[in-house]
Amino acid sequence: MTATANTDGQGGARPVLTVRDLQVQVATTGGAKTVLDGLSFDLMPGETLCLAGESGSGKSMTALAIMGLLPKPMARITGGSIKLGGQELTELSEAGYRDVRSNRVAMIFQEPMTSLNPLMTVQQQLVEVLLEHDTCSRAEAPARALALLKDVRLTEPERRLKQYPHELSGGMRQRVMIAIALACEPEVLIADEPTTALDVTVQAEILDLIRLLQEEHGTTVLMITHDMGVVAEMADRVIVLRHGQEVEAAPVKDLFDAPRSDYARELLAAVPRLGAAPARPQRKLGETVVEVDDLTVRFDITGGVLNRPVARVHAVESVSFDIRKGETLALVGESGCGKSTIGKALLGLVPWEGSIRVAGRQTHGLSPRMLKPVRRDIQMVFQDPGASLDARMTVRDQVAEPMRVHGIAKGAELDDRVEYLFRRVGLKADMMDRYPHEFSGGQRQRICIARALSLSPRVIVADESVSALDVSVQAQVLELLQELQSQDDLAYLFISHDMAVIEQVADRVMVMRLGQVVEEGARDAVLHDARHPYTRRLLSAVPIPDPHRRRPPRAEAEPGLGSPIRRIGDPPTRLNLSEVAPGHRAAS
Amino acid sequence: MRGYIIRRLFESALILLGITLVTFILLYLVPADPARQIAGRSATAETVQNIRDQLGLNDPFFVQYARYLGNLFQGDMGRSYLQRAEVSELIAARLPASLMLMVAAIVTELIMGLTIGVVAALRRNKFADHSLMIFSFVSISAPQFVIGILLLYVFAVQLGWFPIGGYGTPAHFVLPAVTLGFLGAGWYSRMMRSSMIDVLAQDFVRTARAKGLSKGRIILRHVMPNAILPIIAMIGIDIGLFMSGIVVVESVFGWPGIGQLAWQAIQRVDIPVIMGVTMVSATAIVMGNLLADLVAPLIDPRIKTK
Repeated sequence: MTATANTDGQGGARPVLTVRDLQVQVATTGGAKTVLDGLSFDLMPGETLCLAGESGSGKSMTALAIMGLLPKPMARITGGSIKLGGQELTELSEAGYRDVRSNRVAMIFQEPMTSLNPLMTVQQQLVEVLLEHDTCSRAEAPARALALLKDVRLTEPERRLKQYPHELSGGMRQRVMIAIALACEPEVLIADEPTTALDVTVQAEILDLIRLLQEEHGTTVLMITHDMGVVAEMADRVIVLRHGQEVEAAPVKDLFDAPRSDYARELLAAVPRLGAAPARPQRKLGETVVEVDDLTVRFDITGGVLNRPVARVHAVESVSFDIRKGETLALVGESGCGKSTIGKALLGLVPWEGSIRVAGRQTHGLSPRMLKPVRRDIQMVFQDPGASLDARMTVRDQVAEPMRVHGIAKGAELDDRVEYLFRRVGLKADMMDRYPHEFSGGQRQRICIARALSLSPRVIVADESVSALDVSVQAQVLELLQELQSQDDLAYLFISHDMAVIEQVADRVMVMRLGQVVEEGARDAVLHDARHPYTRRLLSAVPIPDPHRRRPPRAEAEPGLGSPIRRIGDPPTRLNLSEVAPGHRAAS
Repeated sequence: MRGYIIRRLFESALILLGITLVTFILLYLVPADPARQIAGRSATAETVQNIRDQLGLNDPFFVQYARYLGNLFQGDMGRSYLQRAEVSELIAARLPASLMLMVAAIVTELIMGLTIGVVAALRRNKFADHSLMIFSFVSISAPQFVIGILLLYVFAVQLGWFPIGGYGTPAHFVLPAVTLGFLGAGWYSRMMRSSMIDVLAQDFVRTARAKGLSKGRIILRHVMPNAILPIIAMIGIDIGLFMSGIVVVESVFGWPGIGQLAWQAIQRVDIPVIMGVTMVSATAIVMGNLLADLVAPLIDPRIKTK
């Protein structure tokens, strides 16, 4: 259906979708909890409306309520109305709803990796939806499926049809999801965080694709996101949600230029903007605490009759760097580039070759017992604070455990130290005897930081430590990390995919691709004077939280990165870094 | 794929070789004297000694074992001490009956177990779920001879629907197969229930609902094939369970299979027959596991047989 079909004949458009006073409640052990309270909006034909907000704002609940997919029996609509055209959706039977889903309102989800059935080919999953809604005959279906894959600009569409989801990359799977969603030409496309799980260059491609398809098909888009950069890039209008209620609704430019509500103002202020970070404080850097030379990590893939290696993952190839006291070195790159593997090698968590010195001590070939004192000097903070804390241990015990293991303190002294650590990371001492589930995500990450600090390390490896946090919380945790650094002269190896976050914390930046460094240098040199095409591509893919600087959508997908998995005896070509400016080196 | 099968067959052969050694050691250590069994109670010590010499039982362990292996490689499993027949002939005469019973039992337990598991998962925490799970608990805990005798009494003696015992027509299969499959049905219903519940919560099931598919199609096309994957690996292991179950079930129903053969041989220390039955059942278990591993990649494209 096109935009013109919805006009009332007098030039004024009628909304495609009307939501009025929508209320959704979720049953909890403590009784019913209202997660969406009195939300109203109109979705106009052809527009993109963004529902923006942090976790718990009710934005995903809105999408699921419209699709009739609220998780039963825990969540249900307790009030209000959702009208699609003239049809009331909240009163529809399950059978009636089936005609609406995909046919009139379609949805794509956050996790492309798990949103497709692993046992069915792409073609089977596409044909299924086409036949369900009688979009075409069984005989026409394969040709139609192929046309859809061409529509979403998937490379080699004929081959993709026969493939299974696990054979496709995340970006390709999200393209397949979009093809499934658009198969029946729905009036409304709901995109729930469609690019959150994807790398930044892939995110840019998927966002471009959604815009392009919207132009071609006149689809109305309801986009749900936490990322203000994505909002600025995509939205015509924005509704900012918080705790299930509308805080502000405005055209996108008005919202970014002059937010009316305090919350929207705070939210926008907390968004890291590439190019807007203040200069790093000039500190006198101390001695070198980490020296990595020619670090190589490879994993064999075995097979054949005798289980011999048949291929090799070149996770890290000959990487060298050092970090000095009080300095932050940022490792940036897309998934699979080897950045996390370097962090693990530093702690001796994966087998590696080369040389790593921590505080002057060579760690290669050390037995686990010999490695123990090294681990006192180097600690790690992981991405998911929920998963990296033990759910069945009090947080006090978890912060105390490293000190017990290393025999640093016991009894009353241990209690004092734990209490001190809690205060240092901004938590109250009376929270110590609680369990992880009683804390918010940001508080849990503070606990993980306290645990990492408990051994007074010299180096902290922060592996995507703020990636899972809401922007406002992210800003606070970044501030905490900087504060601790200036107090203790900590050295950080800060691993992240987020350029804007890196700009805020890094002194120096190393850009990695397929296990090798392509560019390294001082923060401003790498981020503002990038020399390697890959660094430039990464930087240009970052969505800019400014609706005035929107890029035109590009139709062509860029070539993929390639794979770090190679045949035995076929090692990757070593990149040679050459100095392009003092302290700034890039691969040619 | 071919390389994978060759490697697995090679591994299987090694496992079987190991089994011959272990069984041989165990039988060697058993205090019962087969020569005494053959000679009978009234025989003199001299007669017994003669029989021992004839059978080579006085030779050192490794000589006996090497002789056994040598014969085995030529396809000779030896002669029964008591039945005056080749072991291979005894087994060949009885193996088809047992194999058919096992296949019938696998079909029974899969139909029962999967149906119960699927229904329980879809009626989770409701009355049907609770009653089915109690049923599965009973089927796991009840001894096989009790189930067998109970089924025999109700369906053969009282109702007269099925023959009381023996072998021949399809009707003969029903009660022994149900008895043998009952335990597995209990396990499978529990596994299938929890597997279904896991899969129902997966993202791709939500995608299927967002496509507007009917509930029936979602369950049959998207949920069940994914839920059944962990079950497949179990079927191979089941054949091992059946081997012990078959001894009981064949006795209860008078089924002329290798279970009965094994039972008689064990009672009378007929070592060649015991070794033969052990080898055949070990081969069945190893092949069953291999088969399960070969079937898995046909259903799950993510498993690569390298």
